Amino acid sequence: MDTGKKPARKVTEAVSPASAARRKFINSVAAAAGGGCLLALGAGLYSKSASALPAQALRPPGALPEPDFLAACVRCGLCVRDCPYDILKLSDLGDTVATGTPYFTARKIACEMCEDIPCVKACPTGALDRELTDINQARMGLAALVDHESCLNFLGLRCDVCYRVCPVIDKAITLETQHNPRSDRHAMLLPTVHSDHCTGCGKCEKSCVLPEAAIKVFPRALAQGALPAHYRKGWEEKARHGGSLIGEQVELPVRGFEGPTAGRSATETVLAPSAPAPAVQAPSAPAAPKTPPGVNSHWKP
Amino acid sequence: MATIPIPIKPAAAAGAPARSLWQRQRWLILRRTSQLLILLAFLSGPWFGLWIAKGNLSSSLTLGVLPLTDPLLLLQTLATGHVPYSAALTGAAIVLVFYLLFGGRIFCSWVCPVNVVTDAAAWSRRRLGIKTGRVPDANTRYWLLGGTLVASALTGALAWEWVNPVSLFHRALIFGMGGAMFVIGGIFLYDLLVASRGWCGHLCPVGAFYGLLGKTALVRVAAPNRKACDDCMDCFAVCPEPQVIRPALKKVGQESPLILASDCTTCGRCIDVCDKQVFKMTHRFDQRSE
Repeated sequence: MDTGKKPARKVTEAVSPASAARRKFINSVAAAAGGGCLLALGAGLYSKSASALPAQALRPPGALPEPDFLAACVRCGLCVRDCPYDILKLSDLGDTVATGTPYFTARKIACEMCEDIPCVKACPTGALDRELTDINQARMGLAALVDHESCLNFLGLRCDVCYRVCPVIDKAITLETQHNPRSDRHAMLLPTVHSDHCTGCGKCEKSCVLPEAAIKVFPRALAQGALPAHYRKGWEEKARHGGSLIGEQVELPVRGFEGPTAGRSATETVLAPSAPAPAVQAPSAPAAPKTPPGVNSHWKP
Repeated sequence: MATIPIPIKPAAAAGAPARSLWQRQRWLILRRTSQLLILLAFLSGPWFGLWIAKGNLSSSLTLGVLPLTDPLLLLQTLATGHVPYSAALTGAAIVLVFYLLFGGRIFCSWVCPVNVVTDAAAWSRRRLGIKTGRVPDANTRYWLLGGTLVASALTGALAWEWVNPVSLFHRALIFGMGGAMFVIGGIFLYDLLVASRGWCGHLCPVGAFYGLLGKTALVRVAAPNRKACDDCMDCFAVCPEPQVIRPALKKVGQESPLILASDCTTCGRCIDVCDKQVFKMTHRFDQRSE
């Protein structure tokens, strides 16, 4: 404003008011550009550092993979509003989930898996993908039975709650029967999650009766491993083609095993729960009941 | 831009005809009503089960039919490479056309909730006579606007939305969150102690974006009665963008009495405070001047 009044430094007498004004202009532009870029850079870096989804936050059904989701979601909360069970929540500043984006925490409240998926219909940007029309195809996360030491079924009890509440029961969670080596006469029915059916709704984690859930639902990127793309499972290929693709292999005897698997060839698949067999034979074979109680069969899961 | 210390005229100006409270606060009351009603339209649903508008200023659905989306947010989304559904595109087009017609920064003074906070800071600053601080260059906001788009393109995410005080505050009010209040408190203190009108007038990229839409605005404030001006400076003191007044009021570089600068937020505060009733709200083609 007052460029004209204030003469330039006496040393440089050649400096005209015009060039002083120009210098001031360049200074102010540089300051504005510097300040502006610095703020934007700060926001960018902060967003980058905060863009990792924490382990306990699950996205609504149909959510794009996390990086695409963060590009698409405008944080309007329409999905939150249209959720009939008030399950979704918008992240607050300071939460570990990207500011303003929708998520839910399975242990607090799990997705009810509405058949018409209203949250996806509400999304104006496609952050929740409308390609998802069957809620059973939703992949919000993946359950994992993380704590084998406290899971009651692993202790040999019949809790089964996670299995019973699973909306995709017998597909997403099955109970796998295994011999209980501790008592040696009981079965353990182990809840087992199958990734090709688990929607990640969170019901199992929500309902786990323990003070801290033994089964937890994580974002898929955290919970799921992946085989290298070129891997082929020999037994599947064999079944598909009606024979080994690499011809018959030399069969070597297995050494170092005593018990039921001894003497079997290495290429033969050993199915673990062959234990119930004696029980079936029990009535016909009188030898079986004679086994003294508490004798360890040496079978380990 | 240097801050010019502006003396505040004593309340009872000698000789001025007494004006009623409505005459002195009319546009302020109308603006606050508008801001409040927009907020209530979003809050009537969660509070009373009466759903008028769902969502927030980023994107919303009114009465189940009218989609509205912030065009700046859409621009950032496009910068990340994501093409949203037609609902968001239509919504942004409607908002864009509205502000192109009526004046971009009408958003700032009639809709944006942060405006209430920065107005309060400016009022407190005037009242407390605080003159401290340093105001950043008013062009910083345009660099910041460009920066937000570049940040979106580079990170592939809506980077600015992590910290954008405008959407943070509105979302916090509607969905009930506390974290945003720290940012809003920060802006209040910044405007109060560091820079007069620092946030809205110099930094906010959302305001900068809407300012760019204001070049063709139909609704304008004019100074048709500029002959009556007694240089009391009340309008300059209260205006959030004081530089826009001079061309119209003092015929600097223009004959028209219209305030044509797109920085003008059309808040009408100058109309309220002027005892001589120099200003009025009018349309772009009203060149009348007494």
